[in-house]
Amino acid sequence: MKFSIWRFFPVLLLLPAILELQAAVLPEERVDLLYHKYDGGGVTIDGPSFLVRKNLGESVSVGFNHYVDNVTSASIDVEVSGASEYTEERTENSFSVDYLRQKTTMSAAYTVSDENDFDANTLNLGISQDMFGDLTTISMSFAIGDNTVGLNLDGSEDFSEDTKVRSYRLGVSQVLTKNLVMAFTFETITDDGYLNNPYRSVRYCNDPACTGFSFQQEAYPETRTSTAMAVRANYFLPQRAAIFAGIRVFEDTWDIDATTYELGYTFPYQDEWIFEASFRFHDQTKAEFYSDLFPSANAQNYLARDKELSTFTSTTLGLGASYEFGRSWARIDRGSLNLQVDWIDFDYDDFRDLTQAGPVGEEPLYSFDATVTRLFASIWF
Amino acid sequence: MEQKLAFLLFVCAVTLGGCAIEPWVKPYERANLADPIMSFNRDPVSASYIHHVYDSREGARGAGVATGGGCGCN
Repeated sequence: MKFSIWRFFPVLLLLPAILELQAAVLPEERVDLLYHKYDGGGVTIDGPSFLVRKNLGESVSVGFNHYVDNVTSASIDVEVSGASEYTEERTENSFSVDYLRQKTTMSAAYTVSDENDFDANTLNLGISQDMFGDLTTISMSFAIGDNTVGLNLDGSEDFSEDTKVRSYRLGVSQVLTKNLVMAFTFETITDDGYLNNPYRSVRYCNDPACTGFSFQQEAYPETRTSTAMAVRANYFLPQRAAIFAGIRVFEDTWDIDATTYELGYTFPYQDEWIFEASFRFHDQTKAEFYSDLFPSANAQNYLARDKELSTFTSTTLGLGASYEFGRSWARIDRGSLNLQVDWIDFDYDDFRDLTQAGPVGEEPLYSFDATVTRLFASIWF
Repeated sequence: MEQKLAFLLFVCAVTLGGCAIEPWVKPYERANLADPIMSFNRDPVSASYIHHVYDSREGARGAGVATGGGCGCN
């Protein structure tokens, strides 16, 4: 479980070039109503989200966000475990306050997420400061989360485990030229407590020749610390268009290394339309205690077969369209109707599809596609 | 002692003087930067949602825009 600062060297090279962006202002007063849908790998999740942000006087802004996930799942993990398709609902409510004093903005947010087997409470405190002629903004935030993990199976009503999450985040945004802005973000997150997914199992060989396999409960370490750094840039092109690029590098004490690349192009058409195309590529290595097939039961202290901890890539192509209206309306500043669709392709290098036939340990590798849709309306007032 | 104090004050003055950077992009030159298409987070609800999708299905996390929330990932 090594930590190597050299992994972040490409990002550090870009750090001196980072300048700052917007002057200190309160968040925009707005209302957003969104419908979201995720469909892929036997899982469908959809639901609404509602956000309202309002100023109280000249220096205080308050916000409220309500979010719902309606989950229907027959994922490969559910299939392999022998369980049948299940449905559940998750609701999330978030309250936030921003206080602006000269060039300093202080913010606090409290988020509560409830589902029948997982409760999460998160407090986020942040401060940001504009400086150098409002060309640079430095922001810091700290989040503390307390989660309770349950198990929604017959006979497991008393199962309850706790997890504590701490997040420390530093951000710098910088105006470099009249057409270029960059942002740097560093975040480290620590988890402490029950980190397993209680529904998932690992498989192991029944005998030395591995002629068959069985399953046993996963066993995770009770701590995890991760570090991520990201650099993003937006460049304004002639004829009013913008190109976006970003890179994030990640590593953690479970030995997962990941790099994520993002590229986007935004261009308006006439006065009302904005179109956007984006590409994202994510590449990660497995956790050191992950294996698709362990040689025997209890083969090591920690055991995992979560595909999220395996070696895989995900590739995303995104398209979006936004139509603006209401600039001449009396009661609002403006509004927009938006549709964004992402297609994600997950390709696993060491997670095998046990719903397919094959010799033990040589089943076809798993892959799946997902479509992520957001349809929403925004109104600024 | 006085020499050290004077040197320290000199270093502080030079260092703090560096903070008085003349903005090289004047306020009247920031029209392009203020265009909504240049925002890193133009649609906060949508961006928060898609980051949650990735956080739930990938091993990496952090340095994005989403905060809080549950799992919804089984």
